[in-house]
Amino acid sequence: MLTSCYHCGADCIETIQEEDKCFCCDGCKMVFKLLDENGLCQYYDLSEMPGMTAKGHFVNEKYNYLDNAAIQEQLIQFKLGDQAHVVFYLPQIHCVSCVWLLENLHKINPGIIQSQTHFEKKEIKIVFNPAVISLKQVVQLLAFVGYEPVIHLGGNDWLKKKKVNKKQLYKIGVAGFCFSNIMMLSFPEYLSNNALELGSLRHFFVYINLLLSLPVLFFSANGFFISAYTGLRQKWLNIDAPIALAITVTFTRSVYEILSQTGAGYLDSMSGIVFFMLIGRWFQDKSYDSFAFDRDYNSFFPLGVTVIEDNKEVNKPLAALVKLEIVLIRSDEMIPADAILLTEGALIDYSFVTGENAPIAVAVGQMVYAGGIQKGRAIQLEVVKPVGQSYITELWNSPVLKAEKNTEQSFVHPWSQYFTIVLFAIAIASGVYWSIYDTHKILPAVTAVLIVACPCSLLLTVTFTYGNVIRWLGRGKLYCKNAAVIEAIHKIDTIVFDKTGTLTNHEDTPLEYKGVVLSEKEMIAVKSVTRESLHPLSKMVTQFLLLEVADITSFQKIENFIGKGTKAICNEFEILVGSIAFLQSNGIKVNTTYEGSVVCLAINGIFKGVFKINHTYREGIALMITRFKCRGYHLHLLSGDHPTEKENLVKILGTDIPILFEQNPVDKLQYIERLQQQGHRVMMVGDGLNDAGALKKSNVGIAVTDQTHLFTPASDAILEGSEIKSLHELVFYAKKAKLIIVTIFILSIIYNIIGMYFATSARLSPMVAAILMPISSISIVALSALLSYAYSLKMSPEN
Amino acid sequence: MGVIVLLIIVSVFVAGGFLLAFLWSVKTGQMDDDYTPSVRILFDQNFDNDKNEEKKKLKISNKII
Repeated sequence: MLTSCYHCGADCIETIQEEDKCFCCDGCKMVFKLLDENGLCQYYDLSEMPGMTAKGHFVNEKYNYLDNAAIQEQLIQFKLGDQAHVVFYLPQIHCVSCVWLLENLHKINPGIIQSQTHFEKKEIKIVFNPAVISLKQVVQLLAFVGYEPVIHLGGNDWLKKKKVNKKQLYKIGVAGFCFSNIMMLSFPEYLSNNALELGSLRHFFVYINLLLSLPVLFFSANGFFISAYTGLRQKWLNIDAPIALAITVTFTRSVYEILSQTGAGYLDSMSGIVFFMLIGRWFQDKSYDSFAFDRDYNSFFPLGVTVIEDNKEVNKPLAALVKLEIVLIRSDEMIPADAILLTEGALIDYSFVTGENAPIAVAVGQMVYAGGIQKGRAIQLEVVKPVGQSYITELWNSPVLKAEKNTEQSFVHPWSQYFTIVLFAIAIASGVYWSIYDTHKILPAVTAVLIVACPCSLLLTVTFTYGNVIRWLGRGKLYCKNAAVIEAIHKIDTIVFDKTGTLTNHEDTPLEYKGVVLSEKEMIAVKSVTRESLHPLSKMVTQFLLLEVADITSFQKIENFIGKGTKAICNEFEILVGSIAFLQSNGIKVNTTYEGSVVCLAINGIFKGVFKINHTYREGIALMITRFKCRGYHLHLLSGDHPTEKENLVKILGTDIPILFEQNPVDKLQYIERLQQQGHRVMMVGDGLNDAGALKKSNVGIAVTDQTHLFTPASDAILEGSEIKSLHELVFYAKKAKLIIVTIFILSIIYNIIGMYFATSARLSPMVAAILMPISSISIVALSALLSYAYSLKMSPEN
Repeated sequence: MGVIVLLIIVSVFVAGGFLLAFLWSVKTGQMDDDYTPSVRILFDQNFDNDKNEEKKKLKISNKII
């Protein structure tokens, strides 16, 4: 049983001790020491093991580009004298301790004047003194304590953030104020038996009501009028058209009655319904602020890059990069543009771009592509194409992706058109009826019909239900971009999956050793040797062997061949570790049927075995697939990887699902296009850049991620990887939204019928209207919440 | 009866004052974050020596663009 690190909670494979506490690595220990020295140990009291695992990630030169004045200009929001304001996105914020530590940064460095976090958006706003501490040092400090800010090319996200929300809140505030006051001032009118009792006071109340209703009409409700007008100009009736009509008619009739002193008007119903509808819209529009659904390649690339000019390292903004410039890319840095390799030692991890799991060794003079991450030591590249024209970014700019998605109207709009037609029919019918029997009652009846038969209940139903469904889906870890996504999910009949990262787990890829059993001494020797290599596969072998034996011994001779393998002499063993080709070129007969990402081992000239990467598939995938099949969905799998996993996949998915390998991003995009041309509605479930085109093209694109702060390509919804096994439940629940809306709407028609009775018989008193409106609104809201909750129980027993 | 008129006018103004306070609070961004203040309020204040004295003397400019 391994002890947990005091700082981050990870298993301590090599325990590092300080006082009486154990840490998993030097990084964690250093952070602890820093906090201890500055009296910030309350960090550990507020939450259990709140730190981020450092794993020796901290690299000083990484932030050199922040010394560049042009880049600073982009990032610093505001600067005056001895204060500068900057906002960073810190996706690692996850608990109370994070908030506490980040707001106490000034105790570590007095150059930081103030720091304030926004938990839900995972942002921090720092006010610092640029004379005491530079922007680069601020970022280094943040990275050191485990909260490395995400700084991207596309990045001035905060500028785009919602200012619109404020306006909605103003409107709701004003509507609420006016509604409640009008309501209260109408009580005397309703509750007094004799109008004469009030005398002149009646005028007073009635005119104040009129005054209070004006802000509601002209300010709070103007959204409905504008939307209805824009719809009409394009010659179709959207849902706001009947609402705008109802509001206008109500107001006009009320004004007429007040001015001619024939009645008190229906201003309370009008302002009330505006208030409820605004709340409904606000409720539906809740968005997940810390997720970005619209990231394009700009958000993927770093802001600056190191350029070699006249043999000196200079930091330049990425946007300024041109052809023929030489860039220096260090370990774990991303290649920003298509370039030619100039120096040795390139080991590029393209997993995000193409889906291939193992890093590729590239020879000098070959091309490397943007989006790959260098895993070896620092290399130099000569840029061939500007940043915006690299292979992967061209995919983003493809005209196929420019077309608007999901432009079909919501199903609600045709309904509201029928509603309007029926409404007019009833109004005309009652008008005709009364013109025969009692002409005085025509106008009251017709206007009453238009007041009561509120299309508002349809809007309320829809907005509250979508709002509830989005929230419940969010609890189930599927975060939708907006309400339109739910409707799109409803129409899906085909689902396409990606393999790497979606069905497989990026994080745990344990090794499996197949071959002759190794003795303990042999394992110690091999481990000591692989420990010296930078290759990720070697690191995995080290990790794997560390679990078996903890000892390390010293070696006599070691030779690393980058990208191929390692040759070493350790104690009495001559060890050869590497790829199949490497061992064969050294004269070892390799006896294995495996290909692809394996590490072969030979000791003293004899082939011993291979370390095979076992792709772990996420739990529960098979069941999820079966459930989709039962309901008649067509399923497909597209992977960018080699066909090594075909057998395993067929075991999980069954033999009736088309599985294609070595699909590059364009292939995937075209596949989806073909399916759509056959008339299918496609949902794409993928994770990396290689799915970006497909995600955009499909009717619903779901980006899967294990760590929500890493880049997720542009999508309609984000799904946490751990919950992909429940994808079927989430989709089925989303489909229930339409059912809920229909149910509630039918029930609300009952209120409409009652109201219609009063309206058509021209007996609609303001009091009746004022009672019906809140009852129907509140019952809609309650029913919507109840039904959404009830159906969500089926999603999973814990919810 | 005239008193009721006066009372109602005054109370509508008072209520209007609260409405203005709400609108002002939305404008200055107090409604932007409705979660973190609930977390922040639970922190202990550890006052230690002069560091804090100097902090209080600095006026922090809150201009948000």
